[in-house]
Amino acid sequence: MAFEPVLTNHVHEPNAFTLDFYTTHARGYEGLRKALTLQPSEIIEQVKASGLRGRGGAGFPTGLKWQFVLKDTPKPKYIACNADESEPGTFKDHVLMERNPHLLIEGCAIGCYAIGAKVAYIYIRGEFLHVQEALERAIAEAYRAGHLGKNIYGSGFDCDVYMHRGAGAYEAGEETALIESLEGKRAQPRIKPPFPAVEGLYNCPTAVNNVETLCNVPLIVVNGPEWFAAQGPEKNGGPKLFCISGHVKRPGTYEASMHTTLRDLVFGDHYAQGMKDGRAFKAIIPGGSSVPILLDKDLDTPASFDHIQKAGSLLGSAGLIVMDDTVCMVWLAMNLLHFYRHESCGKCTPCREGGDWLYKLLQRVERGEGQMKDIDLLYSVSNNIVGKTLCAFGDAAATPVLTTLNLFRDEFEAHIREGRCTMPAPWRARHAVMAAH
Amino acid sequence: MSFHPHIEYATFHRSERKLAELGDEFRYTADNQATFNELVTHYPAEQRKSAILYALFLVQKQQGYISGASMRFVAEQIRCTPAEVEDVVSYYTMFYTKPVGKYVINVCRTLSCALLGAERVTEELSAKLGITPGHTTADGMFTLMEVECLGACDRAPVLMINDDGWHERLAPDQVGQFVENLRDRGYTALTGCHLHVEKK
Repeated sequence: MAFEPVLTNHVHEPNAFTLDFYTTHARGYEGLRKALTLQPSEIIEQVKASGLRGRGGAGFPTGLKWQFVLKDTPKPKYIACNADESEPGTFKDHVLMERNPHLLIEGCAIGCYAIGAKVAYIYIRGEFLHVQEALERAIAEAYRAGHLGKNIYGSGFDCDVYMHRGAGAYEAGEETALIESLEGKRAQPRIKPPFPAVEGLYNCPTAVNNVETLCNVPLIVVNGPEWFAAQGPEKNGGPKLFCISGHVKRPGTYEASMHTTLRDLVFGDHYAQGMKDGRAFKAIIPGGSSVPILLDKDLDTPASFDHIQKAGSLLGSAGLIVMDDTVCMVWLAMNLLHFYRHESCGKCTPCREGGDWLYKLLQRVERGEGQMKDIDLLYSVSNNIVGKTLCAFGDAAATPVLTTLNLFRDEFEAHIREGRCTMPAPWRARHAVMAAH
Repeated sequence: MSFHPHIEYATFHRSERKLAELGDEFRYTADNQATFNELVTHYPAEQRKSAILYALFLVQKQQGYISGASMRFVAEQIRCTPAEVEDVVSYYTMFYTKPVGKYVINVCRTLSCALLGAERVTEELSAKLGITPGHTTADGMFTLMEVECLGACDRAPVLMINDDGWHERLAPDQVGQFVENLRDRGYTALTGCHLHVEKK
């Protein structure tokens, strides 16, 4: 069965983001109409049967997440849509929200109905002001047409969708940190349990879902869970957006089934079309900067949650960063640790201090001032971060160091032996001052 | 801050930040006050604090940065303490506690952009403007900043101008012209941030 894109099939049409286009060409709000004729529990069952897994990074089954939301409570319930999209290499929600905003709004409304919430907050990163404006226009259109607000389609169901603008914090993409930030505090994670499904926003039961996850919900309701499950390998059903960036000819967001192999995504004519400037492939990060690197030998792996995990990495947020043979892996680890050091929320000591130490050690090696014992030290510091922090950020910060050390130890040793960076690429900074700060 | 007079604390830390200068007395313009009053209604009545990020963005829109006096004003609006406001301001990277240039040039420095020359772009910008990242030109026109992943990696290297202008795929050798264009033509010199995948 050939794969037909359903999330992004219209994104290139000039008016794709309007309500008019959405209802005439994309069966817009049919899902919500249909959902409101069903019992909430039936929708949760459908989402469970479809096998939809969270698209934000963890791949947790969405149906289960919704089922865990506490039912018997006088407290209000909430949907918090995670549109913080800050994982380096990820830009799929950007496209969805900018060009197909009504799909997300419909997904939010169905999600609210399914878990018994009346309000959904879309937490969008502060940098995406242009995307937020597109969504706000769409939300206003949806209210005017009666798809949101009081007593939707005369069903007695009320639903409000609000935008919440973040202000620059990677950590806000973690679900409990996102809730803290929504409450007007620093975006720092909470101890789990209690999970947000029990005590989330304002200590009320909350489902935190990624944009792409919620966008799949209307499609499941309209086309049925069997259709969705048939779109990919077992337990990895549905359409998936892949963000391909780095040294490829045609970077961009591509929709494909999770049968598609990494090699197809990087070299396929329908996707990124191979390496830029005729250079050779060196390595790929398959799921945003927080996951282990894969090599050429792994490229025939289908890009599904389970297959990539078997290959030794994670699909994460499906941000594929492709690197050619000019990339120095010590530099790569240093670049990413600059990110993690800067973005650490500071709550847990191993991550706050360890990230800084790792960055300094990597700088030393990259400058050619490292010693062989620094390699052991890098391992030791990394292993003292992994698993010792409240959220997954700690593991994510140590991963670039561990994966480059495991796969490219010879490059670290060469730096130390020769006392200089052995692979200075033309696209890197020319002055030491700019390269190291 | 170190507790020992001779031992310097880690050189990179948020604790280096000084308390914000109080500055002139602050209050919203009527428009901004109305916007704020509307935004507060998006949250449950007892959860006014949720609107704090919006409140601070409005301050920044009005006076360009967030002063001590404006933090006190926001505290009154939110009904919390000024310390709680400063707590939030000091955490998020998009809030400035000092005046910045008319155009804040934010260069994405994270992996995908760096692979396509973001480090070189920063270097060229730095040379052209005569300032290092984190500083403002003497004429108050430009502030140069390096930021982490902006979430538009397919358009690398990406720049965000202030918080509402985008320029994508800026090659290092175009930087000189880009700065001139931005100075002369403002936002019309930017490419914007739009889908750049060719139709199949």
